[in-house]
Formats: sequence, C-alpha cells, structure tokens
Amino acid sequence: MADLHKLTIYELSEKLAAGACTSVDIVNDVLASIDATDGKVGAYLTIDRASALEQAKVADALRAEGSTLPMLGIPVAIKDLLNVKGQPCTCSSKILEGYTAPYDATVIAKLREAGTVLLGRVNMDEFAMGSSTENAALGKTSNPWNLKHVPGGSSGGSAACVAADEAIAALGSDTGGSIRQPAAFCGCVGVKPTYGRVSRYGLTAFASSLDQIGPISKTVKDSALLLEVLCGHDKMDSSSIDMDVPAFGKSLTADTSLAGIKLGLPKEYFVEGMDPEVEKTVRDAVDHCKSLGAEIVDVSLPHSKYAIAVYYIIATAEASANLARFDGIRYGLRVDGKDPIELYGKTRAVGFGSEVKRRIILGTYVLSSGYYDAYYLKAQKVRTLIRNDFTAAFKQCDAILAPVTPTPAYKLGEKTDDPLKMYLDDILTTPVNLAGNCALSLPCGFSSSGLPIGLQIIGDSFAEETILKIGHAYEQTTEWHTRKPEIS
Amino acid sequence: MSEANEGMDVGYVAKLANIDLTTEETALFQGQLNQVLHYVEQLNELDVGGVEPTAHAFPVYNVLRKDEVGTSLNHADVVANAPAATDGEIRVPKILDQ
Amino acid sequence: MQYEATIGLETHVMQKTNTKMFCACKYEYGAEPNTHVCPVCLGYPGALPVMNEKAIELCCKAGLLLGCEINPYSKWDRKNYFYPDMAKNYQITQADQPLCLGGQLTVDVDGEMKTFTIERIHQEENAAKNTHVAGASLVDYNRAGTALMEIVSNPCMHSAEDALAYMTAVKQIMQYGGISNCDQEKGQMRSDVNVSVRPVGQKELGAKVEIKNMNSFAFIKEAIEYEIDRQTALLESGGTVDQETRGYDPDRGETFTQRTKENAHDYRYFPEPDLMPVKIPAEQIEQWRSELPELPAQRRVRYVQELGLPEYDAGVLTADMATSDWFEQAMRHTKNAKAVSNFIMGEMMRLLSEQNCSISESNVTPEKLAGIVALIDAKTISTGAGKQVFEIIFNDGGDPKAIVEERGMAQVSDDSALEGWADEAIANNPKPVEEYKAGNPASINFLMGQVMKASRGKANPGAVMQMLKQKLDR
Ligand SMILES: [Zn+2]
Repeated sequence: MADLHKLTIYELSEKLAAGACTSVDIVNDVLASIDATDGKVGAYLTIDRASALEQAKVADALRAEGSTLPMLGIPVAIKDLLNVKGQPCTCSSKILEGYTAPYDATVIAKLREAGTVLLGRVNMDEFAMGSSTENAALGKTSNPWNLKHVPGGSSGGSAACVAADEAIAALGSDTGGSIRQPAAFCGCVGVKPTYGRVSRYGLTAFASSLDQIGPISKTVKDSALLLEVLCGHDKMDSSSIDMDVPAFGKSLTADTSLAGIKLGLPKEYFVEGMDPEVEKTVRDAVDHCKSLGAEIVDVSLPHSKYAIAVYYIIATAEASANLARFDGIRYGLRVDGKDPIELYGKTRAVGFGSEVKRRIILGTYVLSSGYYDAYYLKAQKVRTLIRNDFTAAFKQCDAILAPVTPTPAYKLGEKTDDPLKMYLDDILTTPVNLAGNCALSLPCGFSSSGLPIGLQIIGDSFAEETILKIGHAYEQTTEWHTRKPEIS
Repeated sequence: MSEANEGMDVGYVAKLANIDLTTEETALFQGQLNQVLHYVEQLNELDVGGVEPTAHAFPVYNVLRKDEVGTSLNHADVVANAPAATDGEIRVPKILDQ
Repeated sequence: MQYEATIGLETHVMQKTNTKMFCACKYEYGAEPNTHVCPVCLGYPGALPVMNEKAIELCCKAGLLLGCEINPYSKWDRKNYFYPDMAKNYQITQADQPLCLGGQLTVDVDGEMKTFTIERIHQEENAAKNTHVAGASLVDYNRAGTALMEIVSNPCMHSAEDALAYMTAVKQIMQYGGISNCDQEKGQMRSDVNVSVRPVGQKELGAKVEIKNMNSFAFIKEAIEYEIDRQTALLESGGTVDQETRGYDPDRGETFTQRTKENAHDYRYFPEPDLMPVKIPAEQIEQWRSELPELPAQRRVRYVQELGLPEYDAGVLTADMATSDWFEQAMRHTKNAKAVSNFIMGEMMRLLSEQNCSISESNVTPEKLAGIVALIDAKTISTGAGKQVFEIIFNDGGDPKAIVEERGMAQVSDDSALEGWADEAIANNPKPVEEYKAGNPASINFLMGQVMKASRGKANPGAVMQMLKQKLDR
C-alpha cells in the first residue's frame, strides 16, 4: 500500500498525470483503507468494489489516450440520497427497501463526465433529517477522531469517510448545515453552494427550497475543483440558475494575502452556551485572517436568532409533502392493508424512523387548516428578514466569519432523547440556507480532547470564489488540515 | 399563534400524514412537539406587517420546457420497482371511492 | 314556498399537448399501461417538475377565448392528499394565483340568450387511471401528470339546461380553439357540479353539494335534476341539506354520499418550491390573441352578414367545428354560399347519418362540392342532377365533371333538340294548349313536364320554358 488514500485530489491528479500511479492503484488503496477502518467508523452503506475497479480501469485507459478530465480516476463516495442508475438509494431509511434508482442524478452524471470513480454510498441521517447520523436505519457511523463521538449530520458518512481516508472526497447535501456541521466535526472542508448553483435533480428532497448538494474534501482546493464539476445550469431543475460557472479550482493561487478583503464578524454568532474552546479557536482564526491582511468589521445579523424557529417550520412543511411519495405503492417497502389508507398508515409506520415521523407530523400541522398563516406564512416572512440581514451585511463586508457549531462533536447518544436540543445546535448554519447564499466550513483547530473545530466562512449569493479564496489563504498558512485521526 | 398554546393533536395530525403511531409514540411526540411549538412562538415577537414572504431564495420566472417528447422509463424497471404488479399495472388494495 | 337552484361547474379539460405537464413523457390514449412514465410522473425520489410551455399557452388561449384576463403573475401550489392515482400524493395546481381570471360566455338556452360568468381557469396535472379487478385495483400512470386545466364557473346557473348549454359551449370553444379534443369517452372533459337550493328571495346560497367527476353530459343532466329534486324535497319537508360530496350512480339514477363535511380533505396548500412563478408580458398576450381562431358565435354572425346565409343555416353549419371548417374550405372554391349550405344541410348530413361517418371521411371533398355547385351555376346540370352527382361521389368517389360527361347528365339547351320535344308536346296535348291560350298560364307547366320527361331530365328548364312560350304566344 502506497498510502495513496491519504492524498488529496490535486496530489493524486499530479501523480496520475506523471504516471507515478494509476487509478486502479488509488482505488485499491482506498478499498484497503475501507477494509482496515470502516468496521470502526461505519461510514459506508454499500461499497461497489467491482464497479469502482472497473471505472478505475476505464479512467486509466482514457488517460492513456490523453484524456485530462478534471476528476479522472479519483474515487469519491456518495451520500445515499443521490440517485445512481441501477443502484439502491436508501436515504438510510427502511422505506426505500428494494428501490433501484432508474436514473442518474444530474450531479452523478456530471461526476461521471468528469471521469470520477464512484466508490459507493455512505451513511446519513434518515432523509437528511438530523445532525448526528444517529437517525439512520441501516447502521451507525462514528467520528474518526473519537469513535465514541458523533460524526455530525446529516452528511455524517460523507465527512467520516473523508476524514478516515476511506475516500478522497465525498458528496453531501446541506439543508440546514448538513455539509458544514459534519465537516467541522470531522475536520474536513465542506461547501454549501448558493441555492440554484448545483442541480437538485436526483437528490431525494428533504426541503426543496433549502437543499443544496456540495463537496466534502480534505482541502479547500479539492472542494473548489469538485464544486466546479458539480455546478452548472440544469434544465431538469427549475430552480437551477442559468449562470456561468467560474473556474473555482484554477482561481486559487499560492498568493495568501487577504489585503483589501473585509471580513464581517457577527456578534450574534458567538451565542450563549457556546463552548469557550470553540469561541477561542474561532477568534484565533479571525486574528489569523487579520494577520493575512484582512480588515475585520463588526456586522449584525439580528434575525438569525429566529432561524431555528423559521427553519423547523419551513423545512418540515416542505418535507411533509416531499416525503408523502413514500407510500408503498410504486416502489420501496410495502406493508399491506385492506385498502390503500391502511396500507399507507402501516407502511409509513414501519418504514420511517422516529425523527422523520416527528418532522412529517410537525410539517403537516403547520400547513393544516387554520394554522397556515400563523406558522408557515409567518415563517416565510421572517425568512425575508433573515435574507435582508445578509444583504445589508454584505454591503459592509466581502465575507462573514463565524463558528460552524456551538460545540465540537458530542458523544453518541448524548442528545437523541431531546429533539429540540439537537435542533438548537443548527443555529449557526440554518440562516445561510434560509437566505440562500453560500458558506464554507474548514478546520481551524482542535479542542483539548482532540476533536476538530470548524471555521465558517459565509459568502454572499454566488460569491463562492471569494470564500474559497479566503479559505484557501487560511489553509495555506495553517496546518490543521494536515492532521490525521488515529482511528482506534 | 395563540392556537399553539393548546398544542397539537398528534393523533389527528398523524392521521392526516398517514402514519400509524403507537400509543407510546403518540405520547412521546406530543410532548416533544409541543416543546418545539412553544419554542417557535418566539416568532410572535416580530412585527412582520408589510414584509413579503420568501418562497424561493432566488426567484426566476418562466422556466419552461418545449413540448417535445423525451425518453420514458423502461417498463420492466417500473414494474420491477413496484411492490406488486399485474399485467404491467401497479396493483394496490381495492380503492374505495374517494 | 318556491325554491330555486344554483349551480356552478368545475370543468376539467385535458389540453392537446404532445407531452405531459411537468415531464417529457408522451401523452397517448390507449397505450400499453405504464409505458409513458418517468421518475417525474411516477413521483420517484429526486425527480423535479419543469413546466410545459405549450400547456401554458393553451391554458391562456382558453382564457382569452372565454373572455378571461390573463394574470400577469401566476404561481404554483401543492395540494396534498393521498390517493394511489396521485404519484407524489400531492397535486401541483394553482391556488391563489391562477393563469386566467374572470370571463364569460353567452349561450342560447332554449331560445333565450344567457350569460354565464367564469371565476378562473387554472393549470394543473392529471391523475393516473385506476381500474378495479376482483379484490384489488390496478394503476396505470400513463395519464398521470398530463396537462389538465380547470375552468371554474361562478355559481350562476339555475337549471340542468343552463349547465348543459354552458358545457356544450365550452366544449365547442375548446375544440374550435384547438385547446382540447374534449373527447368525453377518453376522459378529456370531466366536470364536478356544485348544486345548492334556496328559497326564492333568500340572499345566501343554500348548502353546497358537490357531485364529483362526471364525463357524460346526459349523466350530468340527470344528476343535477335528481339533486335539485332531492334538496328541494328535503327543504320542503322541513329538513336541512348537508354540505357534502356526492357521487352519481347512473344505473340507479341517484346521487349518494361520498364524503361528509366533517371528513372533508385538509389539502394543506402551500407554494410549490420546485417551480418558479410565471410572468406573462402584455406583448405575449397580444401575440396569442392574434393567433386565436374565430369562434362559432363570430362565425355565425359573419355567415349571415357577409355570406348572406339565413340565421338557421349559420347555426347548423357552426354547430360543430369539423362541419364549419369544411364549409369554410368549400367557400375557398365558390362564392355560392347558399348552394354549399343546402348541400351540407341536405345531402351531406343525410348521407353521413345513414352511413354513420364523419364529414372529414366523406368522399365528397369541399373542392368537389364546389365543382358540383359550379356545374349547376353554369347551368350545365340541373340541381336535381347535382344531387345525383353528389351521391355518386359520396358512395364511389370520382370527379364531378367526369361523372356528368360519362353519364350524359349535362342539360340540353340546344334549340334544335328542344324544338322537336316542344312540338311533340304541343301536338300531343291539345287540352292544356287550349287552356293556356284561354288565359291560364299555369297550364304551360304540364307541357314543360312533358318536354323534361322526353329529354329524360336533361333539357335545360329555362330554355324549354322560353321555347314553349315562343311557340304558344305566337
Ligand atoms: Zn413522465
């Protein structure tokens, strides 16, 4: 084993181009790494060994013919809510038992076109509902930095497999922080793109007006490259924005100066009850950016404190309709009944886990007759106020710095009995989904117990280039991203 | 949002959502969701008079498709995914009149 | 006490598009089950809808034809309810911002012109088709997600006749406008009927009873009549009418309770996050308006005013679009509207009904009829011979001129031939000759008949008359 699995996309691409290794070598190393560690981490739901090796062979052949596709031969893991033709797509739920996706999600098609090797599918909170990957029907995932701790969620499998070097990078999805929070908990880089940047076609919907697919990787530059592959207008998604995609990867240079860049610091994001180590680490990161030449300005996002309330109304309402299709009629699990109504009730009782049931019921309630105006409509209006806060803030600064989570990764089982407590942890990530703009999470330190802490760089809508540039400069001048967990 | 004070009838709402709950689940969710509803009442602090609701983060208009026939799914795949099928149709328990 | 009924209709019309409303699957009636389906119309995980621009155009054109305002801004909503024929368990429809607003329709109800008003037309998607077999139901999703628009009238009708006249007019307009074929057998036009009854003079409407999903006009008429009687009888006996949804059982000729008010659906409408709003600029509306076909009412007026046809003829010709279009085509080849109209209303309709076929299948094309009319107008053949030619072509095909020539059906106007027959008639019939000369001009008709008989119908009647008068008046 040549430790190829420990490298980044850029490092591997260089080796591949130089003929120093083949894609088959890389895939073999990654598979060996999975075999060695996934028994402990539990990131994968399905590993497509044969197919991955086959794809690697094709990639090597293409390279021999002179192909220079951006992701050629790089093995990537997929969050199990993206449709991959001919494969299951469980969303970590029993209700999709037996379902075979008959089509490729747009992002999967884009990965294939870019030469990527699809390794397999990784764990998540059921239907992306959760922040710890504990709401998963098909297996538990641990944090590679401390197996007793959660990897975060809902893209917990994606972050865990990248942190454990069981994939070079992974795809996740972020509805209220589901890429950024697990990336922070596992010491990875994750990007929540601007809503509309990446096509949602083929992404099993949780909350349609908030969901975005994005990369989880080992470095900012890898995320930039992957993001470039994922972005672009798609006629199959009406919310996809018809806009040119910048060369995110190439735009990142060796220049680490942040001179001329104004970074906003929102006082509301250093919340009550925040872990002092997290606060200190993030403030140190802010100072570091200042030392790179950035100007730090105070900004205010006064309505962000309402984000959790707004988020749990809008997201659950949309989810209540989005998940109505899981009814045991056309695909997936069916528990029979004497009539369709009985069949639905039983199938959904057995097929959904508790958190999904809770959210569907909450979402059904806030839309029901007599309550719509009080809950849903009101939440939509406060959503406008949250957006307006960001619009105003971005008149004063180029990007906003904030923590990703109030604490580092907590222990498995610590919060499973208290949904509200778990929801409140999303306070620093949900405002971005509600406003629709973009944000990046990257490692900026470790707690005294050795758990990673993340820095969130929030950008204006379609300002991915700016946050990637800031993140890259920070990463180039720090060493947090080079640390590897000792998995034991 | 004064209705929220009364809490929701979890049993009734679960029926609307077509999820059969056990007695234990109903009791558990009742408590948990009332807590959540109590929490979201903080939105009442805000005066949202004159504020337009946001339904789309970036509304664009007239995202249209030409009326041209594309590819449909392979019939065998559709039937293979169905938990029950007869003669190429998807079989369900007898549908009573709506 | 006197009671009056109030009726409103929600008419669902399937538009004539190639593909479904939100996906590129083909709409084809009668295809093998579940062969025109995709992740979108099957409600598979991850699938997203995209609007069909043709459906939007057709819905707006339907609105323009029915006198609606086109809403400059409209949006989409999800209507939540679980049913096996609704793949996503919500229907994409338009709740508060439909494509078309307002509208009206003036129709002839048993000789009286009445105006019925339309509240709105909105675009939505169709449900799948269920069939029931022993112990189970089978679902075919080929129809799921096809373009369907709902024309909602105000509660402005008061009898089954009103409702029927309204629906007939809507159907005719949709067909004329190329919006829909409105083939009721294929489920392309279905209506929900709202009926309420109140004492005459009472301001508020009575409790609304909705009778769901009927496609036959005859059944709709029966259901309305039954329901008016039922509600009136209930009120007369001191009872109250429950607001509810009922079905109609055509075998028993009765309506029956399907869903009570207490069990009414809670549809939980909310804005569809997967679809963007529609904005229709004024120029687009004007463009569509300029493309609209002439409606039956407009055609009727033109037939009378410009072509000089009697009201009756204009009404018959415009009753259905195929006939009217056929007439229009014939008029491109002739100026004699009345002659064409007479042939269509007479020979054509008789033969079509005898042989049970449609005007488009007739061997007599518009051009051929114009040819027959031209031969009559040129006096080459008599009107009677023209009818014979028509029937020959209708049955066996052929060209009017060739048939006239082959069969020697041309009229004889040649003096020498006519003179022989005229002299013969005068010589053989002294009595009518004497009567004519004694001052009874009608007697000449008998002689005329004799000449026509001798010529076996080929003599030109005008020429014969002139010749006889010349000889007798001398
Ligand atoms: Zn389809």
